[in-house]
Amino acid sequence: MNPEARVAQQTLAPTAPRAHGMSDLAIRNLFIIPTIVFLIVFNIFPLIYSLGYSFTDFRASSNDPAHFVGLDNYRTLLSDPNIWSNFTITAKYVIISVTGQVIVGFGVAMLLNRNIPFKGLLTTLLLLPMMLSAAVVGLFWKLLYDPSFGIINYAFGLGTFEWLADPKMALYAIAIADIWMWSPFVMLLSLAGLSAVPKHLYEAAAIDRASGLYVFFRITLPLVAPILMIAVIFRTMEAFKTFDLAYILASQPTTEVISIRLYKMAFQEWQTGLSCAFAYIVLVMVLAITNIYVKYLNKVKER
Amino acid sequence: MAAVRTKGEMLRHRLSIISLLVILALFLAPIFWITATAFKPRNLATTVPPTVFFQPEFSPFVKLMTKRSQLRSAPTAEVYNAAPWWEQTVFDGGEKVVRSGKGEVQLSGFPSRFLNSLIIAITSTVLAVGMGTITAYGFSRFKVAGEDDWLFFILSTRMLPPVVVAIPMFLMYRVVGLNDTHLGLIILYTAFNLSFSVWLMKGFIDEIPKEYEDAALVDGYTRMQAFFRIVLPEAATGIAATAVFCFITAWNEYAFALIMTNKRAQTAPPFIPSQVGSGLPDWTVIAAGTFLFLVPVAIFTFLLRNHLLRGMSFGAIRK
Repeated sequence: MNPEARVAQQTLAPTAPRAHGMSDLAIRNLFIIPTIVFLIVFNIFPLIYSLGYSFTDFRASSNDPAHFVGLDNYRTLLSDPNIWSNFTITAKYVIISVTGQVIVGFGVAMLLNRNIPFKGLLTTLLLLPMMLSAAVVGLFWKLLYDPSFGIINYAFGLGTFEWLADPKMALYAIAIADIWMWSPFVMLLSLAGLSAVPKHLYEAAAIDRASGLYVFFRITLPLVAPILMIAVIFRTMEAFKTFDLAYILASQPTTEVISIRLYKMAFQEWQTGLSCAFAYIVLVMVLAITNIYVKYLNKVKER
Repeated sequence: MAAVRTKGEMLRHRLSIISLLVILALFLAPIFWITATAFKPRNLATTVPPTVFFQPEFSPFVKLMTKRSQLRSAPTAEVYNAAPWWEQTVFDGGEKVVRSGKGEVQLSGFPSRFLNSLIIAITSTVLAVGMGTITAYGFSRFKVAGEDDWLFFILSTRMLPPVVVAIPMFLMYRVVGLNDTHLGLIILYTAFNLSFSVWLMKGFIDEIPKEYEDAALVDGYTRMQAFFRIVLPEAATGIAATAVFCFITAWNEYAFALIMTNKRAQTAPPFIPSQVGSGLPDWTVIAAGTFLFLVPVAIFTFLLRNHLLRGMSFGAIRK
């Protein structure tokens, strides 16, 4: 909005309380405060509560009271090689699945970005996987991956290839299911970016007889990049937090991503204090990515 | 189609349509396969090579809904013919439906889980969209000190990993007795969807010209009346789209439900995988449960198709 319009609107907006009804200030507070309070009570307060527990040796499964242990939990976690391996596995998973999603999603978007019959229907059908429940998706990929009767091995002639029982392969198998599920998301955002590229740039390039590669790297990619970046950051964040798909598909040590380790620590080993500390380490990382994400969202919004 | 000119371009155009169709087939194959499995008799679900053509039957759905036991001997023709068609399909599979002393059919755990999913998803959606809409209006129309920081705070609650939030919530719920209750999950899902709903609704309300309300205010409406009679009807499409998104998110949610519920308030997502269990799972029954669970989402995706982009980018990207 330009500055003149903003000034005009401010002068138009009634500032004094009207003769009847609630004042604008009262309505604003009535409309906003409940949401803020709700989020503080059910999101921030629990986090403060768990921050407290992160300095104790509390176990939710026993009746022993919590003892203050200072920074011991954090020290234990950061010096535990197993935790570092959970982070490495997660990083590997994030890189494989996000890269796959960008390649497939952007590729399909490039194919779709032309005049084709039934484009709307085709796009909607392609978007279906990302709307489904990850837990249920994990379940039916388990059926597809089955070494003896799964259709994947049959369709690609892989015999009795072990997708999920093989420690090396399992992480890739999970990433493939994730790529299937979330490439549509990258495709959706890429399509928006591609359709916003001005046509006259392509026409000018055609007149100059620019090569296909030149057009792609000098026109298409730079103009789509901001939106593609949103997709990449968002998927990175979600893949970093991944739980459902990996938890349902495989239970290998090689597929134990951070969320699964955290879940086991908290709800199977009942190391409540330790898991609260772990949760905090994860939380700080997620908030850092969120911050970058929101900056990009606002950047694209202003265009 | 002025773009297609030379022979080479024509060929490229055709090739890309063909590759799109191949990709579409690959993308839909898993969904097709789970749907097909949901209508198979058990002995055809795990054949090698896979069975693609078969006589569809409803026995997986009957088995999904009822408690069954193995048949020791085949039912007599009299019993078989007296049974309703759906019970016959179970007889055909070598099992029988368990009935109580009064002859009432005993239900399996699935119907109540499905109902729980509906109750929890609908209630939390209504709450999240209701609160989200008024909060979005507040941020859209009034000056709020530190507006961007508040909006960031609201969005950041949506980004928290479920397991991180679940640990303290589990402990707190244990104190107040909200573990394994509908209310407990409704609160969690409302909180989770609220931030999304604020962001999305703010985008929709920002698009409604302020002049509409200003005119109404001049005509003697109070701000409240202007909100309810002018802004809400204008925002109806946005509210509907936001509601569908919130519903799908709550409907699909797994981690909170796994941790916070185990029986009474358990929803379908943690229940369906728990049926795989040990031994030889009956994939037709699991597929039937999955199919029933996916149908509402597929329908909603079609209804939402023009708003998907907006919803997925928290309202940042519009068409």
